[in-house]
Amino acid sequence: MTALHDTTGAASQPAPPTFYLVDEHPHPEGSSTMFGFWLYLMSDCLIFAMLFATYGVLGGNYAAGPSPRDLFELPTVALNTSMLLLSSITYGFALIAMQSGHKGGTLAWLAVTGLFGLGFVGIELNEFAHLIAEGAGPQRSAFLSSFFTLVGTHGLHVTFGIVWLVTLMVQVSRFGLTGANRRRLMCLSMFWHFLDVVWIGVFTFVYLMGVLR
Amino acid sequence: MPSLNVILSFIFGRLTLADLPLDEPIVVITFVVVAIGGLAVLGALTYFKLWGYLWREWFTTVDHKRIGIMYMVLGLIMLLRGFSDAILMRIQQATAFGGSEGYLPAHHYDQVFTAHGVIMIFFVAMPFVTGLMNFVVPLQIGARDVSFPFLNNFSFWMTVGGAIIVMMSLFVGEFARTGWLAYPPLSGKDFSPDVGVDYYIWALQVAGVGTTLSGINLIATIVKMRAPGMTLMRMPIFTWTALCTNVLIVAAFPVLTAVLTLLMLDRYVGTNFFTNGLGGNPMMYVNLIWIWGHPEVYILILPIFGVYSEVTPTFSGKRLFGYSSMVYATVCITVLSYLVWLHHFFTMGSGADVNSFFGITTMIISIPTGAKIFNWLFTMYRGRIRFELPMMWTVAFMVTFTIGGMSGVLLAVPPADFVLHNSLFLIAHFHNVIIGGVLFGIFAAISYWWPKAFGFKLDPFWGKVSFWFWVVGFYFAFMPLYVLGLMGVTRRLRTFDDASLQIWFVLAAFGAALIAIGILAFLIQIFVSIRNREQLVDLTGDPWDARTLEWSTSSPPPAYNFALTPVVYERDAWWDMKSRGHIRPLAGFKPIHMPSNTGSGIILAACATAFGVAMIWYMWWLAVLSFAALLVVAIWHTFNYKRDFDYPAEAVRTAEDARTLALSTEAHA
Repeated sequence: MTALHDTTGAASQPAPPTFYLVDEHPHPEGSSTMFGFWLYLMSDCLIFAMLFATYGVLGGNYAAGPSPRDLFELPTVALNTSMLLLSSITYGFALIAMQSGHKGGTLAWLAVTGLFGLGFVGIELNEFAHLIAEGAGPQRSAFLSSFFTLVGTHGLHVTFGIVWLVTLMVQVSRFGLTGANRRRLMCLSMFWHFLDVVWIGVFTFVYLMGVLR
Repeated sequence: MPSLNVILSFIFGRLTLADLPLDEPIVVITFVVVAIGGLAVLGALTYFKLWGYLWREWFTTVDHKRIGIMYMVLGLIMLLRGFSDAILMRIQQATAFGGSEGYLPAHHYDQVFTAHGVIMIFFVAMPFVTGLMNFVVPLQIGARDVSFPFLNNFSFWMTVGGAIIVMMSLFVGEFARTGWLAYPPLSGKDFSPDVGVDYYIWALQVAGVGTTLSGINLIATIVKMRAPGMTLMRMPIFTWTALCTNVLIVAAFPVLTAVLTLLMLDRYVGTNFFTNGLGGNPMMYVNLIWIWGHPEVYILILPIFGVYSEVTPTFSGKRLFGYSSMVYATVCITVLSYLVWLHHFFTMGSGADVNSFFGITTMIISIPTGAKIFNWLFTMYRGRIRFELPMMWTVAFMVTFTIGGMSGVLLAVPPADFVLHNSLFLIAHFHNVIIGGVLFGIFAAISYWWPKAFGFKLDPFWGKVSFWFWVVGFYFAFMPLYVLGLMGVTRRLRTFDDASLQIWFVLAAFGAALIAIGILAFLIQIFVSIRNREQLVDLTGDPWDARTLEWSTSSPPPAYNFALTPVVYERDAWWDMKSRGHIRPLAGFKPIHMPSNTGSGIILAACATAFGVAMIWYMWWLAVLSFAALLVVAIWHTFNYKRDFDYPAEAVRTAEDARTLALSTEAHA
């Protein structure tokens, strides 16, 4: 990458090297974007770590109210989880289509991913409404406060992911699979899979272990 | 008319005329002064037709150097605010004896000490440190800008947004009366039902987003954008400390965001995270906020250690003693800073084993810090020391910070802490390290890099006046607090019964007055230097005979920083260039790819600030509107694909030729 100019000076004294690039190529556009986005994801991961820790500390404080065993319906959660896992697979298909340059295929798989995401958020909102109607809202106990906040923050992230996904679909259909758009699709892909990983944590620690407790 | 009330409360939320502090003469007078001053500035800007210039060249800039300078200006303005709070407190505590209530009612006094802490940490120290890193790091690593120039602009304006929210609380409504970390249950809805804590939460949330993003930006910059040849172990120490600090920022500020969000939910939604009832746990808040809070103090001090590590070798005419040990010490501190948070509340009652663990980790962290002090001392040893202003601040730091560090190790002993917890001894300790460490370092950095930023040196006479008043004033202001703390006086008290204590408070107030003169002298120094810039001019770009790459380019550096990207072979790259007969390139310039300015950052931050204010006052329509605007502007911004332009080679050549001419005039003069 760096072609250093090699000056051969007088033989008696070692010639000073060249202290600047003679043949310089500009940084490729967006060369730090992936790394920067990873850093952002790690900072977001810490927010989730805090919410998990809070749930870990306060999750047993039912305040004489309902406990996970009373509230959680595993079949619904299983459906919800499969929605999100499938959406990660379909996002993978979108990226495969992108790699082979199929704009139509990319858009179609993105649409499927978005629908799965919407399904996930819809089921989650339904579950929340159900809990609140039962009197098990976030105000009821510290357990429910931390439950709603952890799961809700994840849901909020998925919602933002959907908004981003729609934006990107518009941009891909208008401007094609340009370098910038490919980079953005990669970032959203990382974001989407990251939410998947977080959800596996939620599913395990909140729902499964909650019902076992 | 109930219908009018309904409309008014829809528009203004819970804001009413009663929330304007018209009955508090101090606040009203302040407001009048600020309003007149503000109008004068606005009028002058309009009269001299500077708005367009400011908007095009500064507000929308993506140039890291200008953003860095704007951060420093923000820090300076907020320093004046934070310091006036300090003066108010010192006068109150020096006079409220023998049945006197002083002149500040409790309601006001509690806001003053909260605002003082919040402003000094978040809106003085943080902007100063971020501004320094922004200005210096890309220049030191031979880069043309940061990794994400637009994000940099946005981060700055988010910090400004937070500062605006805090300043607004002075005149509209009130600020928190909880102390600077707003511990629940006091900061919960039951005990602080009014807007004060909401001002606190939203100011920090808006500014915190900016800080986190700027941390990500600078890590990416340091990791990805270093000049060819600059391996990690060839980076200047300031860049190393900046890297560690930004790692700390990215690893700590999300914690603050999370914990403030939980407090916000407790207040707005009625959840029970930190309440006394229904399973809430207030100590959870204290733990979480200090998991952010302790790394935060290292976020402030680490880059300042970097400043001293640049100043000491430069003014000793030697390379830094123990470069590698300095790097390892910095990394050690970075890791250890996460393992000490509980020492802020030994009295919580975690038991002897937990307290011992955190006591010991706290003592261990003083070892790498001590190693650094010795490195600076050995750098000076047998050096040709020039006691210019930056070096004077550095020596004052070494003495003062060592005292503060030792009182810190005393506090790290849990049984001693049970006596000293929340006493004025603690207040003296952290002012000793923050003023004696961070602030002295910022003054060292300002006088060191000012010529790089503006092309002329600062006036040394007024700088020395400022230095002596600051340093002597500091000792007068805070040594008495050590004594008072040992006598058992606790922090945040408004009145006192024991008349024998008064003399110490009077001494402390005298110290604060000296510091006030120091600040005034600093402002005069800037004014005088700008007036005498012709005499103080530096054309070489390297006025101190320094060692790192930022001194190899002109002062002020051109927008593109380096006409040709430098290549690094040694640690002190610029020193190496000078000693091996580097010749400035005079031809062969190419067009330079540069980011374009954009107004999106300031618009987005304005939306976020409006959202914060709307949430504080329950103006739900404005909250929805500003949030929607935030989303729309963000999405609209992503539709702009042309964000760069080519700086023409011809313009680079013209600028470099002008510098060649200036350098030869200097050589012949």
